[in-house]
Amino acid sequence: MGLNELWFALLGVLLTGYAILDGFDLGVGILHLVAREDKERRVMLNSIGPLWDGNEVWLVTFGGALFAAFPECYATTFSAFYTPFIILLFALIFRAVSLEFRSKIDSPTWRSLWDVAFWLSSAVATLLFGVAVGNAMLGLPIGADKEFQGTLLDLLRPYSLLVGLLTVSLFAMHGANYLLLKTDGALRDRIYMWAWHSFGVFLVLYVLTTIFTLVKIPHATANLNKYPVGWLIVVLNVLAITNIPRALFMHKPFYAFISSACTIAALNFLFGAALFPNLLVSSLNPEWNLTIYNAASSPKTLGIMAIIAALGMPFVLAYTSVVYWTFRGKVEIGKFGY
Amino acid sequence: MELDAITLSRLQFALTVMFHYIFPPLSIGLGWIMVIMEGAYLKTGDKEYEAIARFWTSIFAVVFAMGVASGIVMEFQFGTNWATYSRFVGDVFGSALAAEGIFAFFLESGFLAILVFGWDRVGPKMHFFSTVMVALGALFSSIWIVVANSWQQTPAGFHLVDTGSGVRAEITDFWAVVFNPSSVHRLVHVWIGCGILGAFFVLSISSYYLLKQRHVTMAKKMFQVALSVGLVMSLIAPISGHFQARNVAATQPAKLAAFEGHFHTSEGGAPLYLWGWPSEKERKVYFGLAIPGLLSFLVHESFVKPVPGLDQFPEEDWPPVWLSFQTYHVMLALGVYFIGITGLSAFLWWRGKLFDTRWLLWVLVFSVPAPFIANEFGWAAAELGRQPWIVYNLLRTADAASPAVSAQQVLGSIIVFGIIYAVLFALWLYILDKKIKRGPEVFLAKDSTEAQSSSLLDVASALTRHEGASLTATNGNGNDNNN
Ligand code: HDD
Ligand code: HEM
Ligand code: HEM
Repeated sequence: MGLNELWFALLGVLLTGYAILDGFDLGVGILHLVAREDKERRVMLNSIGPLWDGNEVWLVTFGGALFAAFPECYATTFSAFYTPFIILLFALIFRAVSLEFRSKIDSPTWRSLWDVAFWLSSAVATLLFGVAVGNAMLGLPIGADKEFQGTLLDLLRPYSLLVGLLTVSLFAMHGANYLLLKTDGALRDRIYMWAWHSFGVFLVLYVLTTIFTLVKIPHATANLNKYPVGWLIVVLNVLAITNIPRALFMHKPFYAFISSACTIAALNFLFGAALFPNLLVSSLNPEWNLTIYNAASSPKTLGIMAIIAALGMPFVLAYTSVVYWTFRGKVEIGKFGY
Repeated sequence: MELDAITLSRLQFALTVMFHYIFPPLSIGLGWIMVIMEGAYLKTGDKEYEAIARFWTSIFAVVFAMGVASGIVMEFQFGTNWATYSRFVGDVFGSALAAEGIFAFFLESGFLAILVFGWDRVGPKMHFFSTVMVALGALFSSIWIVVANSWQQTPAGFHLVDTGSGVRAEITDFWAVVFNPSSVHRLVHVWIGCGILGAFFVLSISSYYLLKQRHVTMAKKMFQVALSVGLVMSLIAPISGHFQARNVAATQPAKLAAFEGHFHTSEGGAPLYLWGWPSEKERKVYFGLAIPGLLSFLVHESFVKPVPGLDQFPEEDWPPVWLSFQTYHVMLALGVYFIGITGLSAFLWWRGKLFDTRWLLWVLVFSVPAPFIANEFGWAAAELGRQPWIVYNLLRTADAASPAVSAQQVLGSIIVFGIIYAVLFALWLYILDKKIKRGPEVFLAKDSTEAQSSSLLDVASALTRHEGASLTATNGNGNDNNN
């Protein structure tokens, strides 16, 4: 494995870490309105209060690492997705501030306003992530100059919207599994129901997406056919998915949570396997694909970054564990929270 | 000026980065002050220091949240609006941004959780450790971002390579990139600016309490710490600024000439303007007050050596002179003001008259915008003076934007950013105001109620009910919180 492949893998790790970690707090946001009264909503917010910011840093680092390792891909993708990305940024801004501002003023209107903002921004951000993945699977009109030649409408295709909805249902389910660990009482009963609902929706969309992918996107499975070991991941993915209803049924939320995390990881892996060694497929001419070779930084930079990552990652894992350990257990609405 | 995609992207970058830069220097500056306060609590066991530390932590949290929300925009904006630039510099300073994520943001955001939510979950020592880590994380993030910015001011440690689809800079020497000619000077100067900002922020609020006779003993404690920090930082700002200016003279002479409205290379010594109104068209400075020879002295330590003027450079390489001049001079004037006001306060404190000098306290209350302006204008001067280059002498700003993005798209995003930022800023001020009006005393009061009412049994039953001890209810505000 060369440095280019290493960085492709590391970006995959960052993206998977982001999807699993921020996935559950985005999911809590998508389910936010399931909580009815003020106290329940504060339980929801406090379940992710100390964690969401750190989770989002995975995205920030993913962005920085993409910039550094594959600047051409960073430049092309971000300018191609200009409008969706700006909307995503607004959603992320609103999420951050609705968490911080909501409980600062004791007025029902104020609070419900931010509740809706929190729900909407979580749902929109998740949808856009999914749409971006869908578009990356389909490929974009990229020219010989590595620039995007399409319009906004090229980004709103049925398949990418389907993947967007799939992501929303997946994160909602993941968030529900997380909340089952964190909540109690009537709220928990309702979340339990929603865990089933979101699982049902996810299952339907998953089957649709799979069929669509197999029929419409031939390059998606090319790598799996070349390296049949990859099918193992497909099998594990299916196992993880079937384990979710089993764990829910047996009232083992921790297993359900782990299973949804594994589902996310497996889907991310399949996404990476479908792309490799491309980063962005050009729908105009395969010669113009951005690959991990023609879009990469120099070997020297990739090497320096590998050192930075090797030095930094152990620390990151250490303090992430300290924080998750400190805030383990059910949510208590106490003195320090939203 | 035409409203094309470039101009709009520049406007958008200026808007978003200047909005972002309201918050980080405040969190860096407050971070140091929180470390001092909480350190004092650990050392003395004085409950008042603890209340002060909690109070500032709760303010820090809302500052930090705004910093994060506005910072994510910055990180993505290089790709969305400045694609050509990103392709050019990615190899060199993408690694700085990635290092910022790995070394700084994870550290900050991880320990921030403990700082804000962890008062009753970890011991005081661990909590103090988290405060130190958050303050350190804020410093780290400023290092990497300032290194990246300094590299584009004074590029070093790279060579140009033709990749087939265009020329780009590739790294040859990592440490030469990190320690490029301007990064250390700039970093020191930025940190000083943060210290001044943090100090004036705390000074303003504690002066307000003193004037209103509220939380008086605590206000005096905060005042003392902030005044010491503010005085020292104000005194060293011009020293570090002087090193910067000499460095600019050596590395970016056109920028220095624009800062000083120095149109014509002088025969002998060059003057330094205290103020003025430079006219680019007529190539002279109106209404200026000039001290003869001083610029030469600052640059060469000789009153008679000439300093190159703007006439040495082709006009298409001139920075916008009027704006560079004014933003730079406002920063300088405010620097003098900070020395004056902290010096006077320190003097009166030493004479024991400070807390009776009400007018001075009022001046301090209303001085809080000044260091914000100095920080913003300093950056504006540095960035405007770099024009027309986005990477000095290598890439022009006009060639650096995203070809795939249209002017309408950028116009749309500017309008929405403008509206959202205005709303957020107003809300932020409103919440700060509420927190400040409530003051640090609640953190004391809360502790004493806790001490009286919380027998082990109470706490246990509260925990099983999952409502917490609901101590907030005792100050008539059941749903409020300390965050
Ligand atoms: C509270 C903030 C503050 C204060 C009091 C000062 N500055 Fe400053 N200045 C900044 C905040 C700042 C800054 C925001 O931090 C800048 C922008 C970029 C940088 O390196 O620092 C800056 C830039 C900057 C530059 C441009 C550097 C470059 O373009 O590379 C110079 C020459 C000075 N400063 C000089 C001074 C002098 C002589 C001061 C003394 C009175 C002074 N500054 C006070
Ligand atoms: C790290 C990389 C940075 C890059 C690539 C960058 C690039 C840019 C760009 C593209 C613009 C708009 C075009 C122009 O220069 O007129 C700009 C302007 C500006 N930047 Fe920077 N900048 C960086 C860092 C910073 C930082 C950290 C600050 C301070 C917070 C800052 C302060 C400003 C200001 C105040 C302007 C407005 C001046 C203007 O309108 O030209 N810059 N910069
Ligand atoms: C072009 C310039 C800049 C970019 C692209 C940028 C990027 C970012 C990003 C992405 C975040 C959010 C990280 C998180 O999720 O925690 C952030 C926050 C932060 N940035 Fe910036 N930044 C810029 C300028 C600066 C400068 C000049 C400084 C300091 C001198 C600075 C210091 C910080 C700090 C301390 C934070 C943490 C949040 C806070 O304390 O408010 N940034 N920045």
